[in-house]
Amino acid sequence: MEYIQGIAILIGINLIAVLGLSILTGFTGLFSFGHGGFMAIGAYIAAVFTARLHLPFVLAIVAGGLSAGIASWLIGLITLKLKGDYFCIATMGFGEAVRIILNNIPYVGGARGWESLPKLTNAWWVIGLDIVFVVVTWNLINSRQGRNMVAVREEELAAQMAGVDVFRHKMAALVASAIMAGIAGALMANYMQFIRPTMFNMAKSTDLTIMVIFGGLGSISGSILGTILLVSLPELFRNFAQWRLVIYGLAVVVIMVGRPQGLVGGMELTPAGIRKAAAARRARQQFRDEAGQKT
Amino acid sequence: MSDSPILELKQLTKRFGGLTAVGEVSLKVREGGITGLIGPNGAGKTTIFNLITGVYKVSSGEILFQGKSITNGDSWQIAQAGVTRTFQNIRLFKNLSAFDNVLTACHGAARYGLAEALLRLPRFRREERALREKAIGLLDIMGLADRADVLANNLPYGLQRRLEITRALALDPKLILLDEPAAGMNPDETLHLMKLIGEIRDSFKLSVLVIEHHMDLIMGVCEHIHVLNFGCTLADGTADSVANDPRVVEAYLGAEEE
Repeated sequence: MEYIQGIAILIGINLIAVLGLSILTGFTGLFSFGHGGFMAIGAYIAAVFTARLHLPFVLAIVAGGLSAGIASWLIGLITLKLKGDYFCIATMGFGEAVRIILNNIPYVGGARGWESLPKLTNAWWVIGLDIVFVVVTWNLINSRQGRNMVAVREEELAAQMAGVDVFRHKMAALVASAIMAGIAGALMANYMQFIRPTMFNMAKSTDLTIMVIFGGLGSISGSILGTILLVSLPELFRNFAQWRLVIYGLAVVVIMVGRPQGLVGGMELTPAGIRKAAAARRARQQFRDEAGQKT
Repeated sequence: MSDSPILELKQLTKRFGGLTAVGEVSLKVREGGITGLIGPNGAGKTTIFNLITGVYKVSSGEILFQGKSITNGDSWQIAQAGVTRTFQNIRLFKNLSAFDNVLTACHGAARYGLAEALLRLPRFRREERALREKAIGLLDIMGLADRADVLANNLPYGLQRRLEITRALALDPKLILLDEPAAGMNPDETLHLMKLIGEIRDSFKLSVLVIEHHMDLIMGVCEHIHVLNFGCTLADGTADSVANDPRVVEAYLGAEEE
């Protein structure tokens, strides 16, 4: 039972980071391979707050999120003018830089890691924050600000001509995603009670991005589903020891080949979302029938 | 119709390296008028659109919109000021429905902030409802209401063009730039489009600058025509005077009659 609860908490923690990345990648169209870096910033700042300064956990969470947000804002100022692929590479460099800097700070344990942090993260924190962030993300995407982000993803030049400040919306998406990664990191540090720079390496960043793509770009319910499946999958196959990561990889490849849009890409698994997708399909079919009758 | 120009280009020049794409072009778009911009391929028509809308930086010269300079402004600010456009190669938000394409472009009509959106405060709900009504109204006027749910990518070509114009209208522009709106249309559709451009001008009280190769469309709807050749002004005047200008006939219309 405790084991299952452990997995559920890991899912809950990762979900916050994945939802953030979903705003950046799924809805705004910017790919990042450096969000492990923002998670690391959140984790280490929160650990300093709780283990060294003995401040309340809630302050540690806020500080973890804010410092990751500020870091992303600085990175954004430099890199967001870059075109797609270059931005992606810049985030990769950032993630690695954070890891290497942390390796060299003895105050936080350096490369060997930092042990015996207080265990403050519990199921209530995770459930509470998950609910908050699902609602916030949902409300964002269904507002004019969120629609403008989607416009940036769809067609940058046309978004400009529709009066959308593309740079500002990219920045907002980046900062939001970093804050959420930072908060996930803060929860992680005070759940695992042990952090080490390699926990937030490029493999971690890639994992987060895979969860977003696997679940489906441009879908909040997809991101939730992707996180649940991909965090629990390696645990389910724990008996197969070294084969479990192969199964994980295979599952991702099969889904991406069979359903390139991800599990539920571009739609939401809500009554209204399903109705909308069905209406689009019907409207398309109707148009095809009409075109068929004409010829 | 007043005679004061809503848009004025003064000795506008754009050089790409050693190539002068647009050389000292001066042009006026009269308020409430439909002005045509024509010329052979490579004459610099689309470049002028890109300069007006801030996609390219101006090498020299000035662009005045309602008497104020918008030279080298940011595209999105120019759009919010009231100049919007369509593209030669249609640029819709392809994976969004026709309704969402228009709804997105309506964003300037709402004032609610991010916090109000995240907390769903009353102002968010009220303004969001108004945006939806506006989008539906526009689709209705443009005859796209029955296609509101279709993904933009799945619309037939002619309707995609019309949706792009609808999306541009959602910004409540004062000046709309149409880049070859009839490209790929048959004569029937072109005729329909001519009527539509006139109707839009009248009902939305805006001014139009249109690039076109279809001579019927240009001669049919434009009160004023500006002819470009190799980046420079060749002629400028009413449809009749331009059509009878020997230089124009030689450079452009002559080639068409072959």
